[in-house]
Amino acid sequence: MSAAARETGALMSVRRISPKLLVWMVFGVLAILCLVLRDDAKWLVKYPKDWILPIEAGLEYLMDWFTAYFKPIFRLLSDALEWPMKGIQFVLQTSPWPVTIAIVAIIAYAAKGWRLALFCIASLFYMVVVGYWDESMSTLALVCMSVPLSIMIGLVMGLLGFQFRWARRVIEPTLDVMQTVPTFAYLIPILILFGIGPVVGMVASAIYASPPMVRNLMLGLQRVPDNVIESGQMSGCNGFQLLFMVRIPAAMHTIMIGVNQTIMAALAMVIIAAIIGGFADIGWEVLSTMRKAQTGQSLLAGLVIVLIAMMMDRISRGFAERSGEIHVHRSGNYFARHPMLVSMATAIVAGSLLAWAVPVFNAYPDAWIIYPAEGLNTAVSWFTRNFFDTTDAIKTYTLYFFMLPMKAGLERIARPTSWGFEMTALASVIYWMILIAIGSLAARLGGWRAVVAVALLGILFYYGASGTPWPVFIAAVTLIAFQVGGWKVALFSFLGMLFMLVSGAWPRAMLSFYLTATSVIICFVAGGALGIWAAQNDRVSAVLRPINDTLQTMPLFVFLIPVVMVFLVGDFSALLAIIMYAIVPAIRYTEHGIRHVDPVAIEAARMMGCTERQILWKVKLPLAIPEIMVGLNQVVMFALAMLVIAALVGTKGLGQWVYDSLTNARFGQGVIAGGSMALMAMIADRIIQAWAASKKRDLGLST
Amino acid sequence: MTGTDDQEVKLTCRHVWKVYGPEADRFFTAGNGDVADTAGLVDTINQSGHIGAACDVSFDVHIGEIFVIMGLSGSGKSTIVRCLSRLVEPTAGEVILDGEDLLQVSRDKLIDIRRHKMGMVFQNFGLLPHLSVLENVAFPLQIQGISKEERRARAMEMIDLVGLSGRETSYPRQLSGGQQQRVGIARSLCVEPELWFLDEPFSALDPLIRRQMQDEFLRLQQLLHKTIVFITHDFLEALRLADRIAIMKDGRIVQIGTPAEVVMQPADDYVSEFTQDVPRVKVITAGDIATSDVPQTDDVVDEHATLEEIMPRFAGGADVIAVKSGEGAIVGSITAQKVLSALADSHATGDAA
Ligand SMILES: Nc1ncnc2c1ncn2[C@@H]1O[C@H](COP(=O)(O)OP(=O)(O)OP(=O)(O)O)[C@@H](O)[C@H]1O
Ligand SMILES: [Mg+2]
Repeated sequence: MSAAARETGALMSVRRISPKLLVWMVFGVLAILCLVLRDDAKWLVKYPKDWILPIEAGLEYLMDWFTAYFKPIFRLLSDALEWPMKGIQFVLQTSPWPVTIAIVAIIAYAAKGWRLALFCIASLFYMVVVGYWDESMSTLALVCMSVPLSIMIGLVMGLLGFQFRWARRVIEPTLDVMQTVPTFAYLIPILILFGIGPVVGMVASAIYASPPMVRNLMLGLQRVPDNVIESGQMSGCNGFQLLFMVRIPAAMHTIMIGVNQTIMAALAMVIIAAIIGGFADIGWEVLSTMRKAQTGQSLLAGLVIVLIAMMMDRISRGFAERSGEIHVHRSGNYFARHPMLVSMATAIVAGSLLAWAVPVFNAYPDAWIIYPAEGLNTAVSWFTRNFFDTTDAIKTYTLYFFMLPMKAGLERIARPTSWGFEMTALASVIYWMILIAIGSLAARLGGWRAVVAVALLGILFYYGASGTPWPVFIAAVTLIAFQVGGWKVALFSFLGMLFMLVSGAWPRAMLSFYLTATSVIICFVAGGALGIWAAQNDRVSAVLRPINDTLQTMPLFVFLIPVVMVFLVGDFSALLAIIMYAIVPAIRYTEHGIRHVDPVAIEAARMMGCTERQILWKVKLPLAIPEIMVGLNQVVMFALAMLVIAALVGTKGLGQWVYDSLTNARFGQGVIAGGSMALMAMIADRIIQAWAASKKRDLGLST
Repeated sequence: MTGTDDQEVKLTCRHVWKVYGPEADRFFTAGNGDVADTAGLVDTINQSGHIGAACDVSFDVHIGEIFVIMGLSGSGKSTIVRCLSRLVEPTAGEVILDGEDLLQVSRDKLIDIRRHKMGMVFQNFGLLPHLSVLENVAFPLQIQGISKEERRARAMEMIDLVGLSGRETSYPRQLSGGQQQRVGIARSLCVEPELWFLDEPFSALDPLIRRQMQDEFLRLQQLLHKTIVFITHDFLEALRLADRIAIMKDGRIVQIGTPAEVVMQPADDYVSEFTQDVPRVKVITAGDIATSDVPQTDDVVDEHATLEEIMPRFAGGADVIAVKSGEGAIVGSITAQKVLSALADSHATGDAA
């Protein structure tokens, strides 16, 4: 080969570098520069205090101004809402418990049959016997008030959004934001405007729980088949009749699914609100006992929440399923046609008489309460004592080898006591050498994109989320956003991160990022593996499905109980709680994606002589990737939602900041922290969605 | 072209256009769609990224006739029938019902017309899933605010008419396709409409049931004498049911005529594609090929008798057969020669007729 030829060859290869890779090379140079300079220029890692804009003060000022004028209105509203609520509370708490149980059982029977009725009787009886009846009824009263409010808000918004395009343009982005703003953040403005009290919980949950109703209503109405609507029009319906006699009834099933989701969200928010407000409520009972390390008590109370959630979910889902079903036409007189009303009336009369005759049925005597907290405590402490070595080892290993490096960086974590060596210059050279080796392996397997991914993870692991210079971090995320989603997504991500930076939320955001990233990685790997297994094995799938269903309906708060019991408060417990909750979509979407790969493609592969393993890796997984990405997106959203709740067990970061602003009624801080979390969620959402969409396009799965 | 002018016109569709696309209106400055160069405009529309779903469609529907619109999938049949009921707003043109321009009437008036004058049957039935058979059939009456007893009585009558008695309390999903379409038919007839639209009512049914439903439909029409616009993509179905057929292609009407006219004188190659496999003996009637001279014979057939029915008489030795009109007067004659040439080649007979 002549020199000239070699030269043109070299030129050719330079030309062949894609512009995308070139950008990353520029980024690499910048990153190295930042990392080298960071000891001299401290501001690269630690964003200086003087540069923080007075956003918080501005927000406080705005809120002060607003409350000065509008507070009386809200207080009035609060009073107006308080009366019906007190009424319901009074009714639920004073009516004899057998009456309440009977009525719930009758509703459950109507929804799903006698199995569910029995389950409800047993659950409610448990609440009576354990002595949490009043607390449970107070939670139930709040839910009973906020759900109708939510549904009303949902109906109005959904109908507006359905009828008018301008309304839809406002409502849809609002819903997106509402569903990413962390639960606690809802409470801050409401708390300030309505003052402390149970009404806050009610209003907050009514607002918080309305998005699924709005969404399902709009979706359901849009999905009514054209010919059903046309047949309504040809029957001579006017607009009103068309909506209420054709569209809404035909969309009933979807709407009822919305109601189910609304009820579950309302319950979750009611419990959170009670925790913040500290009312005599079951959520508060759990938190206070948990903080006092009374494991037995918090387990008993936590079980109440679990049971309430399961009852509400099953009953409302039962009605949703039934709404698509066939009604049985009953004939006969009024009583024969309305068996449910009749049996309820009977239950009320008979129960009241019974309660009047036998006092035990009116108020369950304290002396009869069975409260096996001590026994549970003993059991739990026996467990923790006997398995301490194991649990502690798990915790320590995960912390030292994975979580802490991600948080503070390997350079600061590596000590002879944990990693077995000091972070000398030699050690770090070895680290980078290993990384380069992995990188070249990645290059062979996945091209330059894999190298970039390895390099980014390597930097993160070495310097930690809090040790990485912010310009490097922002540039990396913006670049990724640009390459997968174009300049709009990039601009959004950049501005979002800029907001976190200049509002002073950056260090905490990085702590949240670290915890989220860590748990998302674990969820994705473990959940993906479980999902693949479930997709290949029906028995595994049958075992996992009910577990996933149950995990998904629990109010987030419940997840904290078992982890705190075994691992005490701290980052590791938070991590476990997040994983327990956020692993569900990883499992579900992976399984669903793999199971629903076009069977023709699989058959073709089989005819080509692929083994089952090859079919999985070469056909099913690549084709399932868009679906798996949707799952990944959900994992991130779930993790962030749980992150806020995890603040209750002492994590640091944005979640804790939101919680803190809530307890100190600091509006500005709350908005910045809550907004930053929402921004994190939205940035992740946009990037992953764009990525999934481009993958889908590559695979030719979308139109 | 519309032939029989002596009958009273119920519904007229005049230069109707429906263009889908972002700026559909820009092609028509004046509201009426009577353009000089139809073909040119169609090209312009299609090249600009718009879809001309119906282009310059004109026809009359006479009182009491079954007017069938036939065409392949996507040819614009549904679009046209929806323009006639204003489920779709035409982009240009006129739809005249009983002498009144339907496109100019107010919303309320339109609702009133739909409530009392029109009935429609849909391809995929369009039943309301949350209502029972009885409630579905009675729905148009309920909309009008008619009392429960009355609408029940009316609906039961209709259910009986379509042979679904005993299934009143069933729900749509519990019924077979044929049964569901009977419900659709009963519902559309419940308000005693003068004008009856059927958009591919039998296409979703399997062939045996379809045949049965066609007979049922003809029986109903004998009883009710509605003015009917019937859509189908099945040429044989069109021939069986139609008094007159309009054949559509790419949004335009290529031919309108009686079944025999279409079979014997297809307007172009597109139409003759359809007519090739048609059993002519079942379509062509004595009236279609009769000459006007009055023969000296006692052999008489009705002008509506098909060749299939007449041929045995020639086989039995007849040379010439007289043709009588509906009223009984002898109007002409046919010979075996004539029958043979009608069956052999349509153009030959066409020229002779
Ligand atoms: N809402 C719409 N927007 C855009 N194009 C449409 C719309 N509705 C119909 N079209 C187009 O108009 C053309 C005619 O459609 P139409 O439904 O009238 O056909 P059809 O003859 O009824 O066909 P089929 O036998 O399949 O029902 C088709 O090309 C179709 O794609
Ligand atoms: Mg059609």
